[in-house]
Amino acid sequence: MIALAIAGAGALGAPARYLVERALSRRFGHAFPWGTTAVNLAGSLLLGLLVGMVEFHQWQDDIVRIAGVGFVGAFTTFSTFAVQTTRLPARARVRYVGISVVGGLGLAAAGLALASI
Amino acid sequence: MPDNEPLAEPRTVMLIAIGGALGTVARYELSLAVPVRPGALPITTLIINVVGALLLGALLGTLGRTAPNDRIMRPLLGVGFLGGFTTFSTFAVETVQLVRHEQAAVAAIYVIASIAFGLAAASAGERLVHAIPRLIPEDEA
Repeated sequence: MIALAIAGAGALGAPARYLVERALSRRFGHAFPWGTTAVNLAGSLLLGLLVGMVEFHQWQDDIVRIAGVGFVGAFTTFSTFAVQTTRLPARARVRYVGISVVGGLGLAAAGLALASI
Repeated sequence: MPDNEPLAEPRTVMLIAIGGALGTVARYELSLAVPVRPGALPITTLIINVVGALLLGALLGTLGRTAPNDRIMRPLLGVGFLGGFTTFSTFAVETVQLVRHEQAAVAAIYVIASIAFGLAAASAGERLVHAIPRLIPEDEA
């Protein structure tokens, strides 16, 4: 039953990622993957927050499974990030990996910290 | 693309939703099948992300070569299934949790392995596909 709910959440998260990517590349162009950067950073913050709410505020595990593993997990993506990186020029490649990893970890930590308040 | 055009075609969004649902469940089932104890290297997410990067590289390499105008496989399998199967947010939160569990060295190994193997897999996937047609004699290609 929970797997069905996770599937439903994934069916929302993946198209949401696509629409954000389309909207941001329309606005800022295709030279740098701003769309994937934005979804991965926003998703890291959101998942940190959700995991923190379970850890610090006894939210139900199923909320994290459906909203976190399901929606946020599908909203963010590693495969597109990896392929995009290999296709970027060397300097932009370092910038993309740097922003994604440092920003992603920082925002995940911020989400957890925010939930601990 | 002009601003007054719709952001996406309904059919494309539907294909992404179907692929995304399947990829997300596949990731969830794998995380149940190969559980990782707190403080240990999150090997399940690592494998999911590296395999997903390899498959996306191979898929985009194949489509770029054989079906550049494809409007089905890319949204269904690429953006949808592999996009939903792999995850960046879980990678980020798992790394932070390792640091919080005083496993900074494991966290560092996780980040380096994810990036190094993920990027290597993505470009290997693309190159693999480019190598295959060479096996076919020129006159049949």
